[in-house]
This record gives sequence, C-alpha cells and structure tokens, in this order.
Amino acid sequence: MSNAAVATMDRKPMPGMMVYNKKLGMWVFLLSEVMFFTSLIGTYVILRFAHPDHWTDPGVILNVPLTAGNTFLLICSSVTMVKAFASIQQGNQKGLQMWLLATVLIGATFVGVQAYEYIALSGHGFVPMLDGYAAEGGPLYGATFYAMTGFHGAHVTIGVFCLIFVYIRSLRGAYTAESLEGVEVIGLYWHFVDLVWILLFTIVYLI
Amino acid sequence: MEEQEHKHPPYILIWIVLLVLTLAEVAMSLYMTNVSRVWLAVGLILMAVWKAVLVAMYYMHLKYEPARLWILAVSPLPLAVILVLAVISEF
Repeated sequence: MSNAAVATMDRKPMPGMMVYNKKLGMWVFLLSEVMFFTSLIGTYVILRFAHPDHWTDPGVILNVPLTAGNTFLLICSSVTMVKAFASIQQGNQKGLQMWLLATVLIGATFVGVQAYEYIALSGHGFVPMLDGYAAEGGPLYGATFYAMTGFHGAHVTIGVFCLIFVYIRSLRGAYTAESLEGVEVIGLYWHFVDLVWILLFTIVYLI
Repeated sequence: MEEQEHKHPPYILIWIVLLVLTLAEVAMSLYMTNVSRVWLAVGLILMAVWKAVLVAMYYMHLKYEPARLWILAVSPLPLAVILVLAVISEF
C-alpha cells in the first residue's frame, strides 16, 4: 500500500469523535493547554484584584503600540497558515511552501519583537523580581507579566520550530491533497497560540 | 475529508474583522479615559472573546467539525471556572 493510501486511510473519520486520530490528539492536547493558560490568567486576575496598587494604567510602563503591532503580525500569521492549508487542499505545493515560509518568518518576527520588548523593559528596571520594578507599579506586575507573556512566547517559539519542520517536509513533497494531516495539525496549534495571545494582549496590556 | 466538503471560510473577511477589533480595543484602552475602568475592562474582554471565537470557529474550522468535537472543545470551560473559583476560595 502506498504512503498516500495509508495517509488517506489515517484521515478517515474514526468512530466516536468522528475525526481522524492525529487531529483528535491535537485537540485533546490543546484542551490541556486551555487549563494551563486558565491557571495563569486566573491567578493574574485574582492577584490584580487583591493588589491593584501593583499595577499601572495601560501604556505607562508597557509599550502598547509596539505590542499592538506584534499582535497584528500574529493575526496575519494565522491567515498565512490557513492559506497554506487551503493551498495543499487544492494540491498546490508551491502555495503551501510559500505560505508556510511566510508563517515561519512572521512567527519568528513576533518572537524577535518580544525579545526586544523584554530587553527594553528590563533596561528600565521592569524585571520579575521583588526589588526590581519601574518607578510606578509593584513587583507583582513584573512577575505576572513575564510569566504570562514568557510562557506564551515559549509556545510561539516551539510552534516556529514545528513549522520549520513542516516546511522542510513540504519542500520534499511530503504533503498532498490526500495527505495533509501534518499541515492541519500544526495549523490547529498555531491558531490556538494566536487565540491565546488575543486574550493575553487584552488582559495584560489593555486593561 | 470533511474539510473539502465545505467551501473555504471567508479567511480575509475574518482577518479584517480581527484587525478592526484590535484597533478598536487599543483606541478604547488608551483614549477612553473618561469611562469607568470596570466597564472598559468588561467591553475589552468581550471584544477579545469575540476575536477568540472567530479564530476558533473559522481558522481552526470548529464551525465545520462534528458536534462531538464541539462538546470536547468546550469541555474545559466549566473546569476552568471551577479552577478559578477554587483559587479564589483559597485567597
């Protein structure tokens, strides 16, 4: 049996959840990620209500316009990712490669901008330490900020490496219209990372 | 091949909506200083949830998935509420 035939069989909806196993596995993993980020966001909200004096108004310490631009980039990367998936659904190998590369580059840029932001903030004394915080606000602000955005940044970084792996495989013609589960599964992960950032950006930067 | 049975979602339209909502959020946060912070926070969170739902429905294709996957996808939400309430009760 050819690889394509095996892959097609793998993508058949399975009894029970009625989706193929790799997709179901990614969804279950993402649900565990929902709980992970809920614990971070929940703790943040509780700490903020308990110690409102540790926080400042939006834009006083954090660079909102810069991060708004970074949010724009991540949203764009979701579009390039769905374009990559739509391309391979139509058997368009070149389109898949082009949109995957665009997603990798935009994702890497997001991480780069976040690193720049961290360097700039720490240069102003906004660090996740008890005695290290900017002139306004308190130590909980820095601690929760770096914990939430840092864990998200780690997820984006892992996603970029996974996308590079998928991109290299796409250059070798590993994906076809009948065998595209690898693209769809990494796409689910990437969109989830985007979805989490949409919530984090509002909660951490705008409120 | 459940994805191939439906038309492609309006990816670019969703992208535009996400961008407009993001710009509106930033403008509200930075310039609506005369509004109560509590109401502003409620409005911003509602807009963020709206954006998140759009991503899940259209970019993650949840809108086109079987109902059973829907149930699976929303299953952690009550657990998330329980988690937060449990932490609050300890505070």
